[in-house]
Amino acid sequence: MYPSRFKYESPNTVEEAIKLLDAGKGEAKILAGGQSLVPMLKLRFAFPEQVVDINNIPGLDYIRFDADGTLHIGALVRHEHLEKSLEISKRQPTIAAAAPLVADPIVRTRGTFVGSVCHADPQGDWAATMIALNGSIIVQGPKGKRTIAMKDFVLGPYANSMNYNEIAIEAVIPAPQGVARGGYLKLERRVGDFATASVAVALDMKGDVVVGAGFALAGVGGKTIDANEAASALLGQKLTEATIAKAAAIVAAKAEPRTDHRGSAEYKRHIVETFVKRILVANSTQKVA
Amino acid sequence: MSSLYEEVHSAPSSDIPVRQVTVNVNGESRTANVEPRLLLAHLLRQAFKLTGTHTGCDTTNCGACTILFDGRPIKSCTMLAVQADGHSVQTVEGLASASELHPLQEGFKQEHALQCGFCTPGMMMAAKALLEENLNPTEDEIRWALSGNLCRCTGYQNIVKAVLWAAEKMRAELN
Ligand SMILES: Cc1cc2nc3c(=O)[nH]c(=O)nc-3n(C[C@H](O)[C@H](O)[C@H](O)COP(=O)(O)OP(=O)(O)OC[C@H]3O[C@@H](n4cnc5c(N)ncnc54)[C@H](O)[C@@H]3O)c2cc1C
Ligand code: FES
Ligand code: FES
Repeated sequence: MYPSRFKYESPNTVEEAIKLLDAGKGEAKILAGGQSLVPMLKLRFAFPEQVVDINNIPGLDYIRFDADGTLHIGALVRHEHLEKSLEISKRQPTIAAAAPLVADPIVRTRGTFVGSVCHADPQGDWAATMIALNGSIIVQGPKGKRTIAMKDFVLGPYANSMNYNEIAIEAVIPAPQGVARGGYLKLERRVGDFATASVAVALDMKGDVVVGAGFALAGVGGKTIDANEAASALLGQKLTEATIAKAAAIVAAKAEPRTDHRGSAEYKRHIVETFVKRILVANSTQKVA
Repeated sequence: MSSLYEEVHSAPSSDIPVRQVTVNVNGESRTANVEPRLLLAHLLRQAFKLTGTHTGCDTTNCGACTILFDGRPIKSCTMLAVQADGHSVQTVEGLASASELHPLQEGFKQEHALQCGFCTPGMMMAAKALLEENLNPTEDEIRWALSGNLCRCTGYQNIVKAVLWAAEKMRAELN
């Protein structure tokens, strides 16, 4: 399969990249890991006039925790960097759990966290993770930078709220007040397949008490599903059998699964509820079944 | 080189400049003029005549096109040839020396790890990336590292054994 023709530039600075996007007037596309864009070029689902490769811009591959615990993930951080990062495995359990479940090990050497969020695939693991973590994206355009909260970033399947002349610079994940806990579970028929159902859970805990909670789903709807309202079942409380069941039920009710070859709608909703419970039980210090 | 896509019957377009790329392939510097839309897998196979790198699915699923790009495994059907400019690439042709097979190649032979052989170059390059990080992998770690590579023939069992075989030989060679 051959992509249609495009011009190619690989600028060395963000400013140059923005200039190229601006000049492209909507016909230019950024190439990050290429693990979604290149397949789309080949299938001619995408046929930009200009491809702006950002892989030669130095200094965008940082994973940084500020002193207060805020996490910054630069635009060229690959899935495998997150998978292998000791800091992430110690301090950000939701991301640490999701990283090895994204695509397959070879796709993970190239694909980027930020590119995946920009791609806004309803099946995408990172968009769900970002919603649960209440993250935001910093974008830069000709007029400078702005921050877009994740809930306003993804407009729908494969659509984000950036302007054509903006580039996503980094993802920001707010610091927990207590300790970041949580997890990510995904049911897939085989490695690299689209998820039958994925569940992201982010917890902020002070001792036994939940002081913040976020939930999001992938693969069980036409878009990434924000189930953050289930936090109401947990805030100010401990993770007990009762609070866990309540939160899991709220999340499951938010799923919009459809029956397909991966399973029935009922089955997928059941998986969602089970996964929420499993993650919460694993993070509970109480003895809960 | 602008003729690489001749089979799609489109003459090079005058407003899209052909670019010169220089890639270090298996230790040797190679140069070609390419259209930006040319994929790295096609640069290797058609321009450099290194047909050991296979294209199976062309949709980033099968891993038959796996090569090492600056030492890390990538699917070469999912990278543009222009992106490889100034980088180094290892393909299956770079595994053996003039006189000796690489332990992975020997392992695949010893353990009957191939039938049609179509997936084999990609399997071996993915396995090489694993062994460069971990010379003592468990069976599980091997299965995990090769989970982006599909084989329609063997059932994987012997591929895993072959990688274990190679790891053992490579450890022995170190001592
Ligand atoms: C076989 C296979 C299996 C996969 N399985 C999964 C899976 O299980 N879960 C999952 O979440 N994903 C999966 N993916 C997708 C993968 O995670 C991609 O890496 C990801 O969706 C896109 O990231 P990228 O860096 O490769 O982006 P690219 O492909 O380079 O770009 C994707 C889109 O985002 C835009 N973009 C990228 N970076 C920026 C930026 N910094 N600023 C503005 N726009 C930008 C591009 O213009 C393009 O439109 C899979 C892919 C493959 C090939
Ligand atoms: S040909 Fe590249 S992954 Fe199948
Ligand atoms: S040996 Fe035939 S595909 Fe693997």
